[in-house]
Amino acid sequence: MSKALLYDATMCIGCKQCEQACATQNKLSYDDAIAAEERQSDHKYTVVLTKSDKFMRRLCMNCQEPACASVCPVGALRKTAAGPVTYDENRCMGCRYCMVACPFGVPKYEWNKVLPKVQKCTMCPDRVAAGKPTACAEICPTGATKFGERDDLINEAQQRIRENPGQYVNHIYGLTEVGGTSVLLLSSVPFEEFGYRTDLSKDPLPILTYRVLSRIPDFVPLGGMLLGGVWWITHRREEVAAAEGQHPKGDTKDQQERKP
Amino acid sequence: MKIKLTFWKLVFLFLMAAGFYATVVRFTEGLGPSTNLSDQFPWGIWIGFDVLCGVMLAAGGFTLTAAVHIFNIKRLRPIVRPTILTAFLGYVLVCVALMFDLGRPYRIWHPLIMRNPHSVMFEVAYCVMLYTTVLSLEFAPIVLERFNLQKPIKIIRGILIPLVIGGVILSTLHQSSLGTLYLIMPEKLHPFWYSPLLPVFFFISAIAVGLAMTIFESSMSSKHFGRQLELPILQELGRVLVVVLSVYGVLRFEDLLHRGMLKLTLQPGYEMYLFWLEIMLSLIFPLLLLSQRKVRMSAGGLYVAAVLVVLGFITNRLNVSITGLESAAGMHYVPKWTEIAVTGAIIAAGFALFGLAEKYLPIFPAEEPHRVVERQRAMAAQVLEHAGD
Repeated sequence: MSKALLYDATMCIGCKQCEQACATQNKLSYDDAIAAEERQSDHKYTVVLTKSDKFMRRLCMNCQEPACASVCPVGALRKTAAGPVTYDENRCMGCRYCMVACPFGVPKYEWNKVLPKVQKCTMCPDRVAAGKPTACAEICPTGATKFGERDDLINEAQQRIRENPGQYVNHIYGLTEVGGTSVLLLSSVPFEEFGYRTDLSKDPLPILTYRVLSRIPDFVPLGGMLLGGVWWITHRREEVAAAEGQHPKGDTKDQQERKP
Repeated sequence: MKIKLTFWKLVFLFLMAAGFYATVVRFTEGLGPSTNLSDQFPWGIWIGFDVLCGVMLAAGGFTLTAAVHIFNIKRLRPIVRPTILTAFLGYVLVCVALMFDLGRPYRIWHPLIMRNPHSVMFEVAYCVMLYTTVLSLEFAPIVLERFNLQKPIKIIRGILIPLVIGGVILSTLHQSSLGTLYLIMPEKLHPFWYSPLLPVFFFISAIAVGLAMTIFESSMSSKHFGRQLELPILQELGRVLVVVLSVYGVLRFEDLLHRGMLKLTLQPGYEMYLFWLEIMLSLIFPLLLLSQRKVRMSAGGLYVAAVLVVLGFITNRLNVSITGLESAAGMHYVPKWTEIAVTGAIIAAGFALFGLAEKYLPIFPAEEPHRVVERQRAMAAQVLEHAGD
């Protein structure tokens, strides 16, 4: 069973304590200026967006089948069984394919460092492994961000929509998006208003490339046989011609035929 | 001739100086200050041009070795060496460009031991690495011949066919895989370019560009070195180019038709203009030109068509890697001068190395045989003199 986060925007009061707790947990600096920044960056893994009296969190969705982990050539990004998508900076060579591949635009890069790393929320893997909730869920004063088993949280989210249908958009964001994510969102305003794409495929993205990649082991011996066979046939003609005491004519004849 | 050479030398020196300065900025200040890349747009021309186009422009290597060594089309033999030279230089320069683009270039070897077989990038890394090795072995006899070292030449000749077959398979894999790279982003890449057939398009267009580059190089060499390939060979390549382009064109438009995109290509917009620029350059103009017998039979006509094809598919690769991703990123990416300077220096180095190799190595068959022999003798004598050192 994997863990997940449920964020209910209707319960959020925009106190931004989750931002601060996240910065502390990940040893990032946090002050009023950073608190005012309304976007995720290499020094801000999660952000509470404000639109009049509505709020919405953004953080790594920690996909069930993450595109970033599937494209990483060195396996620096990984989906753990417990839920978090972790990052091993010692493996990363900085190709940034994860950033290009992520459907949510989550991974950020330390552009201004000579030896940069990818930066993103990794769903507090150490805390989760120790049976504790993520830093953001633990600090949340209203329970807007809730940590638990993914299946339980889905049930709870469905129940909340069922009991207060007028209060919510009838959609649990992250339930099916790109095959499901470990972060689930509820909102009273359409998700697009906070920049969440609702046109994402229900199928996990990695299958798109793996469908092609998985054919390679079959293709290599097949291609080898085919090319080897062609070589054998084309050169055998010459040998036969030579054995019969003629000059290999294949080419000249070919050329003559082609002459208009 | 002398003035012209001096002019090109000046251009070369300027490009190298600018490239050197940009290199210093890149490695002392990082990617941020040296590029216009950002979290919204993490891949720029170092990937879109240097890597995608670089690998594509080097495709003549596997196309020609397959035609001559596997399919036994002997009349193409004289152009194998120049195309192998181009391919070898191309791949070396792609690796150089990667060192600029990777955030931590000193970890470029990581995929060797840290494997993720689900990653297209991992597969590309392995293929490019192995194919560069294959190319250096295919290129080695040219150098060895120059120094008259017969023994290693014999060894390489002995394994040539498996080597060529391996090279063709590796090329097929990674030429197409550079297209597969973009299959993971159906929601980001503009539908003019996102297609399940991306790997097929990348592969077929690589063959077209391989043929076009061979025609282009032959004409360049005749201008600057007084050496060129026989016209009948170029005409032959031109005919094959027509077929490859036609197949690509039909497939491309069938794909657009079945995905319901044809109407969209007529609605004015940023992507639409660049789409048609690509199609005009890569398909319509070259096919119109090459369909004329007069053009197809003349060296000049073939040269113009080849240049158009090369420019057209460069536009295609830039459209896939840059234009097609701009609307999803919500911004326009324009490379910074440092990015252009590095790319310029890499291209200049490619031309210079090609020129040097052509001058000092037996690349073109037009060279007088007695001159080669004389030079080989002189070199062999030198080598022997120092052999005891």
